[in-house]
Amino acid sequence: MALLEVSELEVSFTTSDGVVQAVRGLSFDVDEGRTLAIVGESGSGKSVATQTITGLTRGATVRGTALFRGRDLLAASPSELRRVRGAEIGMIFQDPLSSLHPYYRVGWQIAEMLRAHDRSFSRSKARARAVELLDMVGIPAADTRVDDYPHQFSGGMRQRVMIAMAMALNPALLIADEPTTALDVTVQAQVLNVMRRLQQDFGTAIILITHDLGVVAEMSDEVVVMYAGRAMERAPRRELFYEHHHPYTEGLLASLPEQGGTRERLTPIPGAPPSLIRLPPGCPFAPRCPYAWDTCRHDPPPPLAEVFGDPHHRSACWLSGDREVRRQQRETVRGDLQEPA
Amino acid sequence: MTTTSPAPAAPRAAQEEPLLRLTDVRKYFPVGSSRLWERDRAVVHAVDGVSLTVARGETLGLVGETGCGKSTLARCIARLYDLTSGEVWFDGQDISRLSRRRMRPVRRDVQMIFQDPYGSLNPHRRVGSIIGDPFAIHGIESRRSRRQAAQELMERVGLNPEHYNRFPAEFSGGQRQRIGLARALALRPKLIVCDEPVSALDVSIQAQIINLLADLQQEFGLTYVFISHDLSVVRHVSDRIAVMYLGKIVELAPTDELFELTRHPYTRSLLSALPAPDPDTADSRERIVLAGDVPNPTRPPSGCRFHPRCPKAHLDCAASEPPLLPVLGDGAEHPTACFYPLEPGEDLSLAVSEFAPAAERPRGGTGDTP
Repeated sequence: MALLEVSELEVSFTTSDGVVQAVRGLSFDVDEGRTLAIVGESGSGKSVATQTITGLTRGATVRGTALFRGRDLLAASPSELRRVRGAEIGMIFQDPLSSLHPYYRVGWQIAEMLRAHDRSFSRSKARARAVELLDMVGIPAADTRVDDYPHQFSGGMRQRVMIAMAMALNPALLIADEPTTALDVTVQAQVLNVMRRLQQDFGTAIILITHDLGVVAEMSDEVVVMYAGRAMERAPRRELFYEHHHPYTEGLLASLPEQGGTRERLTPIPGAPPSLIRLPPGCPFAPRCPYAWDTCRHDPPPPLAEVFGDPHHRSACWLSGDREVRRQQRETVRGDLQEPA
Repeated sequence: MTTTSPAPAAPRAAQEEPLLRLTDVRKYFPVGSSRLWERDRAVVHAVDGVSLTVARGETLGLVGETGCGKSTLARCIARLYDLTSGEVWFDGQDISRLSRRRMRPVRRDVQMIFQDPYGSLNPHRRVGSIIGDPFAIHGIESRRSRRQAAQELMERVGLNPEHYNRFPAEFSGGQRQRIGLARALALRPKLIVCDEPVSALDVSIQAQIINLLADLQQEFGLTYVFISHDLSVVRHVSDRIAVMYLGKIVELAPTDELFELTRHPYTRSLLSALPAPDPDTADSRERIVLAGDVPNPTRPPSGCRFHPRCPKAHLDCAASEPPLLPVLGDGAEHPTACFYPLEPGEDLSLAVSEFAPAAERPRGGTGDTP
């Protein structure tokens, strides 16, 4: 059984403008020691989904199940969830500065977190553990830095502090929500390295939420691509990059500047994502999809059906799941797209 | 400030006068509270002696990490900041000391677009007036024809001209960046300084804006200074790329050459840190992970500023500052500021800094000499 099994997750918010359907029927699972990347653009629901699982979305209407070690987190009480968060599921966010309290020393914050979960931790023991953790994530001179305040750390160092805190109780699952988006590339490389190493040492499963396909290619085992609250495609990493099925995945990858660095025109996805209040009746991507026909515009595609005869590769699209047919379609469409320059 | 590196050999007589020429541009910011003002005030050396030229119709890319001074340099070019020292020549005229009034006609020719399409548009004003403002300020076009001109611009950048009366909040991030572009284009500038224009946008929208910038460049013969921390974007748009580190250019080269014949260890580290959206490349490439962060720009390291993080630093790198000059037989168009530049095919991941603790070094040597 998978460590975390999310099925048919639906999250919506009632606002004065209408009901925002942030997540619509999302299913995925994560195995121990593996990294699942959830990619998508702003508003795709990737962050809301994981925040809901850990009970961090207030005022949302939630449906579905999220079985973590056999227990449904969506049905758990707030106090149960509080015990799970931190101890069994660690979390890090994009902006480490707003996740750390500015008035308290970093070491104190880590120690307090340890003591909140385990009262048997003495103050001195908790502090010693904080030093050990800071050292583990590569903060130099951890025994003195432990008494520094968050503002005395650089962005990359703060993110390490967050990782140290998230890993403090050796959780089985780490949810990293855009952990390196605010960091420079050389610092991003350091932080990704720390995450990789911790995963190897402790066998932690990671859910990595990102918009950066480069980070996905570097870090993930499996990938879920989200759009307008739905999972559009789900595949092992290599299949997603080289044998994708869904037109949205195709569009995302095509819009990246080529690695060879030619100055040819890029191939953007035309238009913009739909409003989550007034979603189109059929496939949410249909208005921007070069393959779309009438069916796509009227009937939502079945959620994540198997494609290419590979049970690990699933796509929510009306297009044929036959590899050869799909390849031919792709060539036709690519020809059409390049005509009007 | 202590050492004045010789100005790099600008290919001056080689071609026609470049549109933009910077000579030893410096911009320092005092920091710290005024209560301490009797003491020596700390100074951030944001831009510390940058010289470069930009030819007409060219796109010059500026890359570097947070705090390297690329945005400050952009603002110095657009004269949004006064320089501490140095000169900015635009279209044959030294604009670095012009008064506000004398600067005004130049402002028509030098425009800027910003990273944050939310913060750079006044939320209380309608899009039509935002785009039409430049006409009003510079006293061109009557009020009636201003509306028409603004609508033409909106259409040109891919906005619906009927949305003339809407507010910025009613547009998405990509559309707001189009509004910023329309405003910048209004006075038919010669140079547009683009400061991280696509960094806040989703990839699919990013590609739309990059294509639009390319089309406009062709149509209006624009020259761009394009600033970004995203090397893959800069590579796509630039003819030449300057890499900055702590206020200085460390390497400058035509785009392909910078990637194929990388000379500076910092450039190589930046390239290797960029995650490739391709599993095969991600799995197989050399990965150089730099230690530490960018140092504090109030007290930059001595000598080569990169030496504390450089994988192949030698002891003398801390002693004096390497000049920005062509190395290893490179042409004048490819200067590098490094005493120990990379040979083609050199594996930087095997290099060992002489500043590394002795245990990590193959043979013992003298200790750190800061």
